[in-house]
Amino acid sequence: MRRPAPRTLVLVAVVLGVLVAVGLDLWSTVRTRRRVADAAPSSSAAPLGSVLGTPGLLVRSTLPGDQYGLVAQVPLSDPAGPRTATSTACDRIARAGTSTVCLRTVRGVVTTYQAELLDAQGETVQHWALPGIPSRTRSSPDGSLIATTSYVANHCAAQVAPPTETRIRTADGTDLGNLEQWTLLVDGAPFTAVDRNLWDVSFVDDDTFYVTVGAQSAGTTWIARGSVATRTITSMHAGGVTPSVSPDGSRIAFVTSDRTADGGQVQVYALLDIGSGTTTVYPRTTGAGDQVEWLDDTTFLYGAPRADLPGTSDVWALDTTAADPTPVVLVPGAASPTVVGATQ
Amino acid sequence: MSSTTQDDPAPSAAQDPEHCTRPTTTGTHRLPPADGRTIEEIRAQRAARNARVSSTVITLGVVSLLTDISSESVAAVLPLYLTTALGMTTLAYGFVDGLMQGASALVRIAGGWAADRGDHPKWVAFVGYGLSALTRAGLLLTTGFVAITSLVAIDRVGKGMRTSPRDAMIAASSNPTNLGRSFGVHRMLDTVGAAVGPLLAFVVLWLLPDGYHTVFVISFGCAVIGLAVLGLMVPDLRPRQASWLSTHQTRAERKLPSCKGCTCSDGAVPTLTERPFSWRFLTEPALRRVLVVAGVLALLTVGDGFVYLSLQARDGFATTWFPLLYVGTNIAYMLLAIPVGRLADKVGRAKVFVWSHAMLAGAYACAAVGGASASTTIAALVLLGAFYAGTDGVLAAVVGQRTAPAVRASAIGTAQTVVAVARMGASSAFGVLWYTLGRQPAIVCVALALAVALPLCWVVLRGIDRPVTPTPGSDEVAPVR
Repeated sequence: MRRPAPRTLVLVAVVLGVLVAVGLDLWSTVRTRRRVADAAPSSSAAPLGSVLGTPGLLVRSTLPGDQYGLVAQVPLSDPAGPRTATSTACDRIARAGTSTVCLRTVRGVVTTYQAELLDAQGETVQHWALPGIPSRTRSSPDGSLIATTSYVANHCAAQVAPPTETRIRTADGTDLGNLEQWTLLVDGAPFTAVDRNLWDVSFVDDDTFYVTVGAQSAGTTWIARGSVATRTITSMHAGGVTPSVSPDGSRIAFVTSDRTADGGQVQVYALLDIGSGTTTVYPRTTGAGDQVEWLDDTTFLYGAPRADLPGTSDVWALDTTAADPTPVVLVPGAASPTVVGATQ
Repeated sequence: MSSTTQDDPAPSAAQDPEHCTRPTTTGTHRLPPADGRTIEEIRAQRAARNARVSSTVITLGVVSLLTDISSESVAAVLPLYLTTALGMTTLAYGFVDGLMQGASALVRIAGGWAADRGDHPKWVAFVGYGLSALTRAGLLLTTGFVAITSLVAIDRVGKGMRTSPRDAMIAASSNPTNLGRSFGVHRMLDTVGAAVGPLLAFVVLWLLPDGYHTVFVISFGCAVIGLAVLGLMVPDLRPRQASWLSTHQTRAERKLPSCKGCTCSDGAVPTLTERPFSWRFLTEPALRRVLVVAGVLALLTVGDGFVYLSLQARDGFATTWFPLLYVGTNIAYMLLAIPVGRLADKVGRAKVFVWSHAMLAGAYACAAVGGASASTTIAALVLLGAFYAGTDGVLAAVVGQRTAPAVRASAIGTAQTVVAVARMGASSAFGVLWYTLGRQPAIVCVALALAVALPLCWVVLRGIDRPVTPTPGSDEVAPVR
């Protein structure tokens, strides 16, 4: 038998080395996951319909373990305590009026993304495909309108497409279209930048909403006010992204850039008082990015990733009436909070 | 794996004391006029076309396959990772994406120049593949936004750097009569990697939710194996030196002292002083014509993203499968790369290159028609795949056959940069058209422009496929070790 050349032996050694290393890594990952899953507090999964009527918070659970990614119900009396897990998986969930919207990643050999509209029993009444990773969703207070924002996650399309697509639909599934196609006025003039992009809707009622407007070419963003009836969106406040209007409609929480003491840039939350036009920045809310959810007219909630545990985030709360507003962790290991009020 | 090309038609001349690389029969390499070919010549050519593809080409294809699994698996999950695991916001995501496109185009010329200048294309490509492998390791260590954007940029630089030296190696180790098929084989293997990568990544995420770390580990492993295959199994081709040796066949020509019984391999190859690298190849009229036509056609190539978006705008099938439409295009490309490469060898590479753009026009038509359905979506994907099969590797083959080995990597790199830059410009310009005219009129416009441009481009390129009188032996290179 001919002896293989030395370089062949080296190649075989490299291949074996890589296989062993990848195998070891995989083994340790699976083992760690199993341990975390075993240690996680176990509670039986309830159908989503059984918790939709209970006042409290609905969140996406992000604690490692077998409940990861599932919707859970958290009582406001003890938000950090035991939660009621459901068997429904959502990347984002929003509940208002009669509508519950769930955006999800349908994992498989081929991964796709979809939005589902659920009724009060948690049954899917409408569903439609999303062109990419789910980002945000909101319903109008009465549940008649649903807005979804998703990434356009095709890496070829990314060369040409705006990074996100935002659509509004009615609760019966009628598509009112991509907001980019609606009339857009910035500072009173039609805004025609080809790379204009709109994202993250927040409804005031079943007509008026706020939304982010941006264009890479314009180099800035606006908080804009839109009307579903007239299909018109008008800029309102320069700077800031991801608006969320308070339940009484008087203030908008949004994400903005702030300078740190050493000159770096951080993302923080700010509040725009619509009546007076004044803006209050909350410098302690570093790590801002999520669209906030108002707990009531003075306190808002948001999810923020945990730095030391990729994939896990916590829900924070900020009381805007405090003397020195400082966020506190309200629900550890959760994301996408949505308030289920007693009135709903 | 042997270090010599398997299809080198010339007898191994190094053992022949009379001649150094090739016997005088090399003269027949000067191809006879197209109309005056004898049956034997036609038969010989057909046999050459069907000859086995060089093992070097296949090894380079395996390197590309492994590297594409590595890069495409990461590219497929990076947006998910950035947004869901790291909680990155919309604006930041757009920024990462912009970096992904621009960084690689200009590095290609530089990579080609370095390969020609040093006459060691393998090691230039090695640095390019190595840079990309390093970024995979980086992904395992970092979670910061700035760090990840830098890694993405470095990865693109590595990709730009390795492309033209690698294509020059494919040209150098292939028989000129089946150059199209050789590139087809390479692109097929390359695209297998591009199709397997995303699927592998999604399967991992399916089995291990949020198992990004595992995807990155597998990606790094594939990159390391690819790099090892390149470093250990691909011969260090010296296209310029080999071409010099074949034009200086006797010891006297090589300025070696004559000695009785010496073989050509006795005595070191003198330092090459002749034909140093020069950008003057760009003044060659035929190559200029190729560059102009490739550039004009690329200006009418608006990117598959628009086709996908257009399909998605009114077809439920396309919306559901939107994130995977490019996998469909890759599968079509993979299946068609070799047959189209063969066709190019048979009927003319420039002809296939130009007329493949008719496939693109067809894909535009599919995207523009009113009542879209699953069948128009699938037809569009197949046509896009055929378009890539007839343009990507075939352009490299057209340029490779027209240029001397000493400048080949630079010439291929230049052509690829012209195409990449023109396509980027086309996409931005088309974006304006898309928003001002609307989706359907815009796409119809480009399809019509392409239909007008095609015959003109064909007239400009006619005759390019007629074989040049090459410097004897310049196309076939025995690797020097």
